[in-house]
Amino acid sequence: MTRELHFNEAIREAIDQSMEDDPSVYIYGLGVPDPKGIFGTTLGLQQKFGPDRVMDMPCSENAMTGVAIGSALAGLRPIITHQRVDFALLSMDQVVNQAAKWHYMFSGQKSVPLVIRMIIGRGWGQGPQHAQSLESWFAHIPGLKVVAPTTPNDAKGLLIASIRDNNPVIFFEHRWLHNITGEVPEERYTVPIGKGKIVMEGSDITIVTFSYMVLESMKAAEFLKKRGIHCEIIDLRTLRPLDTGLLLTSIRKTGRLVVVDNDWKTGGIGAELVSVVAENEIRCLKESPRRIGFPECPSPTSPVLSAAYYPRAKDIVKTVMQVMKREIRDDEIPSMHSGPVDIPDASFTGPF
Amino acid sequence: MLYIRLVEEEIARVYPEQEIRCPVHLSIGQEAIAAGICAHLSSDDIVLSNHRSHGHYLAKGGSLKRMIAELYGRETGCCNGKSGSMHLIDISQGFLGAVPIVGSCIPIATGVAFGTKLKKKDAITAVFFGDGTVEEGVFHESLNFASLKKLPIIFICENNFFSVYSPLSVRQPPGREIYSLAKSHNIESFQGDGNDVLEVYQLMKKAIEIIRSGNGPVFLELKTYRWREHCGPYYDNNIGYRTEDEYNAWKERCPIGTFTRYLVSNGILNDAGIEDLTREIMTNVEEAFAFARESPFPGPELLMKDIYRS
Repeated sequence: MTRELHFNEAIREAIDQSMEDDPSVYIYGLGVPDPKGIFGTTLGLQQKFGPDRVMDMPCSENAMTGVAIGSALAGLRPIITHQRVDFALLSMDQVVNQAAKWHYMFSGQKSVPLVIRMIIGRGWGQGPQHAQSLESWFAHIPGLKVVAPTTPNDAKGLLIASIRDNNPVIFFEHRWLHNITGEVPEERYTVPIGKGKIVMEGSDITIVTFSYMVLESMKAAEFLKKRGIHCEIIDLRTLRPLDTGLLLTSIRKTGRLVVVDNDWKTGGIGAELVSVVAENEIRCLKESPRRIGFPECPSPTSPVLSAAYYPRAKDIVKTVMQVMKREIRDDEIPSMHSGPVDIPDASFTGPF
Repeated sequence: MLYIRLVEEEIARVYPEQEIRCPVHLSIGQEAIAAGICAHLSSDDIVLSNHRSHGHYLAKGGSLKRMIAELYGRETGCCNGKSGSMHLIDISQGFLGAVPIVGSCIPIATGVAFGTKLKKKDAITAVFFGDGTVEEGVFHESLNFASLKKLPIIFICENNFFSVYSPLSVRQPPGREIYSLAKSHNIESFQGDGNDVLEVYQLMKKAIEIIRSGNGPVFLELKTYRWREHCGPYYDNNIGYRTEDEYNAWKERCPIGTFTRYLVSNGILNDAGIEDLTREIMTNVEEAFAFARESPFPGPELLMKDIYRS
């Protein structure tokens, strides 16, 4: 039985149901029991499960990640929430040196079933230190799993899967997805980690993307369809391990690749995707692959600069047209975004 | 203590053979701390440690054969040869792991204590670290949280005055005792002579009483001295960062020598007894080293195993 839920409600439901099912699951993070409930994702959980299972934490991202690891070794299944990826950087030693490696370096004797939710900021002038994604940093590390759902359905299913997974999982949530809606089943279910999804079928060109950029890619693809270009859009959903099988099958069909990254181009997820295609199916490519990513500068605050920073549906259209060797003028492409460009929709009134 | 000493000396003796091919940070000179602390702990209690963990591992009852085999990189090692001296583990004895990033074991141990408390278990957690560690931010973060939640954990700082070659004087302000840092986190803290095994034993006894009464955590600063170089089997008292005189002064206060004299003068032990003990320990030591040398190396199929748990 499905019904329409917001992405943030789907996250909340995944946590709620997982905590109902398994008494060893617990959650903490800065502001988890706050009145606003981490953008609505933890509302009411402390009232339901009590302060021993839903808790706030001191401003100690490094130690609290280590505490989560230690509690996992003692038999619990922690979920940590960071309101911004940027804050999690304080905990990189625990994530990369400890959590990711514990199972391997102790030869399988103990595992770390830990979920770290990292929220990607964007919009309303979040600025250089409140808007980073850094997915490729985490996707680079053996021993971690990294997921980034786009739809409310995938958000709930992937979060339940992440909580049930016996390994450390980095769960990326894009701030601009919290308010989108979609059909979400009432019951518990999982979306498999490591499997991407074709969200639009097409035979002219493969667009591979993830997280919020799936929405921009779909807007672009709708416009391109009217120009007779049929895009196949892959929503990766998991960034480590990558669903390379799905990617290569699509490339064999279309022969053209555009990657839409959610981060800086250099060393981003897109770089890995292009490499995988180049290593395995280079002869299938009719044109050079293209990557769309952020310009090589920190994320600026002022709306005009921010508008110049973030690629959008319009930029995806331009790039696809180039790969298809078709002409299009700038003024022929509509903005495909209503209202100010530094917010996702009218509900986002700032400041966070 | 003698057990730890003889094992470590054997490692030092064979190290130049270059068959132990991983960094080793020996516990020689610091044995009283491991012995006095772990004497109170059962296999249900948990210990975590750092790169200098051989003494803690052995005092906690860790398997000697699996430790030496791990140093030799063999499949029979406690980590199947994957990790070496800096990552010992023996879960059956409650030695939950050692990791060498300075400070990293502290929040993890704090988390074990937190999980233990949430699950309403009785186990005590103890974590060992050195004087350099108290300079890491994560140390203070962990103590803050442990104090906030009154966790059943004992923090043990082995202050041996050096962080590799750097003396305390270039790292910490003068006139500030390490255990006062823990006091400022509202944690019951004590300082003691880490080379006096009876004093260590009594301090740990007090610490456990405090924990059992629900007033944890507890912090112990125990002063001691590392005899050999930071990493490796040799002595390095003449390369300039410390003096032979300083070393000799601490050697006079050898934890084993001191305790042996005490036992002998109180009629608890005699020369024959010392000989018997030494012989018994050396038999086990020789067996363990032979076991390691005769064990197979891990096959290449182990390379990609256990990255994830299914």
